[in-house]
Amino acid sequence: MALTLLHKLTLSELQRKFTAGDVTATEIVRAYFLRVTQVEPKVNAYLTQCKEAALAQAERLDQALKGWRKTTPMMAMPLAVKDNICTEGVRTTCASRMLDTFVPPYDATVVAKLRAQNYLLLGKTNLDEFAMGSSTENSAFGASRNPWNIQTVPGGSSGGSAVAVAADECVAALGSDTGGSIRQPAAFCGVVGLKPTYGRVSRYGLVAFASSLDQIGPITKDVTDAAILLGAIAGHDPRDSTSANVPVPDYLKALKRKDLKRLKVGVPAEYFADGLDPEVEQAVRTAIEGLRELGADIREIKLPTTDAAVATYYVIATAEASSNLARYDGVKFGLRAAESKDLLDMYLKTRAEGFGPEVKRRIMLGTYVLSAGYYDAYYGKAQAVRTLIRQEFEAAFQAVDLIVTPVTPTTAFKFGEKAQDPLQMYLSDIYTISANLAGVPAIALPCGFSKAGLPIGFQLIGRPFEEETLLRGAHAYEQATNWRAKRPAIR
Amino acid sequence: MEITKQEVEKVAKLARLALTEAETTAFSQQLNQIVAYVQKLKSFSTEGVEPTSTVPGQSNVFRPDQVQASLSAEQALSNAPDAEAQCFRVPKIIQES
Repeated sequence: MALTLLHKLTLSELQRKFTAGDVTATEIVRAYFLRVTQVEPKVNAYLTQCKEAALAQAERLDQALKGWRKTTPMMAMPLAVKDNICTEGVRTTCASRMLDTFVPPYDATVVAKLRAQNYLLLGKTNLDEFAMGSSTENSAFGASRNPWNIQTVPGGSSGGSAVAVAADECVAALGSDTGGSIRQPAAFCGVVGLKPTYGRVSRYGLVAFASSLDQIGPITKDVTDAAILLGAIAGHDPRDSTSANVPVPDYLKALKRKDLKRLKVGVPAEYFADGLDPEVEQAVRTAIEGLRELGADIREIKLPTTDAAVATYYVIATAEASSNLARYDGVKFGLRAAESKDLLDMYLKTRAEGFGPEVKRRIMLGTYVLSAGYYDAYYGKAQAVRTLIRQEFEAAFQAVDLIVTPVTPTTAFKFGEKAQDPLQMYLSDIYTISANLAGVPAIALPCGFSKAGLPIGFQLIGRPFEEETLLRGAHAYEQATNWRAKRPAIR
Repeated sequence: MEITKQEVEKVAKLARLALTEAETTAFSQQLNQIVAYVQKLKSFSTEGVEPTSTVPGQSNVFRPDQVQASLSAEQALSNAPDAEAQCFRVPKIIQES
């Protein structure tokens, strides 16, 4: 196979070629960095590239494998990792000046799992600073660009990972999702993004934003790849006490059924209300018809508390963030402001210099809602409404197996369009936030294109720890449609 | 409910953020806008509803109290802006009398 075509393969296709001995690990690394060199100046997906280390690792693998090809599933698979996931010896910045020079002395559990299988780390991908944002415009090191139209945002916060996958700069990537940060950029970039159940994947080594909502998950070229990568990173971890001690099934088995017979799928009216772009609505409704044709039993359901989700989220997530980000004090790691007159002055100046505007805004909001006199009115209230949202999903999942919704109200927007209006930016997360608040798994996958040629995605939401049902539904739809055949031209 | 500039300054102090005059003005306006939006939570009745702090609501998770490998002092200090004698070094806190 010509090296110039390797980057077009999916993870499952590349696995087969590598296991069969058709390609070497070194060829994989060379092919991918050739591709990165070509398109990276246009899309800016990576904050750090690991070419030398990946090549050295690939050469070691090829040496060890000579004439003997017993492989692990992720062996020699070229992945990109969002730059808020710690990688031992590789700079991890969270796209913040605060951590510009931070080199973790340890691997996140997900990275350690992949490393144990001899994966190849191609690089660390761009994000909104500390994963706070929906466009990568909040990155301290410049925004990434959507491969389908470089005048539009790729979405965020895992924008760099979605771009790297969509532009074939890696075979698959890891992102993190606190309020939609895997699913929204996946939808904007026309790829697949899966937010697992809270606790399905260890958060150890994921730089904390909102600990009760954060979850690491795969961003991939197709649903099969999402099943493979989820299987590689999922599982209980004693180092994350919120990770669940629930066995990890073979997610690929869930893909064997090609129909959706006897699957009950709910359509919540609240997700198709005002503010939803007609083109997006049309594409999602057509996808729902597609699910029906595959045998799914489509039912109207009600999720009235959806209207509270954004407000609930921006109280809880900022409160947790203000607490989590207190650690950036210029003492233990990261930036320290020069010239401070005492310890307090050092804290104040370090944080003023190290954080960008959106991070400051959220720390301010979080500190406000937790402060004396407002705690009950905002934080306490939001936690109670979160219970209502959770209970509403529990009730809905008594009646249906999956819920189908849009991922985003619009297709990818232009740079600067929402950057000056934080509330408008927050409202664009309306369809993805509830899954984080309820702790349930959700997957975003392509279901068409706008007239302007931008990808449109739809979302399936499932019961806790039933990622298999999500994957089954998503895979059956994907096989029946094949939106992936259309690739971005990048110009 | 209005968040005044004085209130923004107080919150900034709690958050250990030195804000410029321009930031204080901008945040005062933006926080007002966001907090006004958040008022919609009041329209949802939560009487007698238990708060959710995490899903799926584990309480304490125990493990055997055994010594395990951890980062060496050298590794733990490897990113420190300033370190000395296996300690993080900070500006002087205690004034000599």
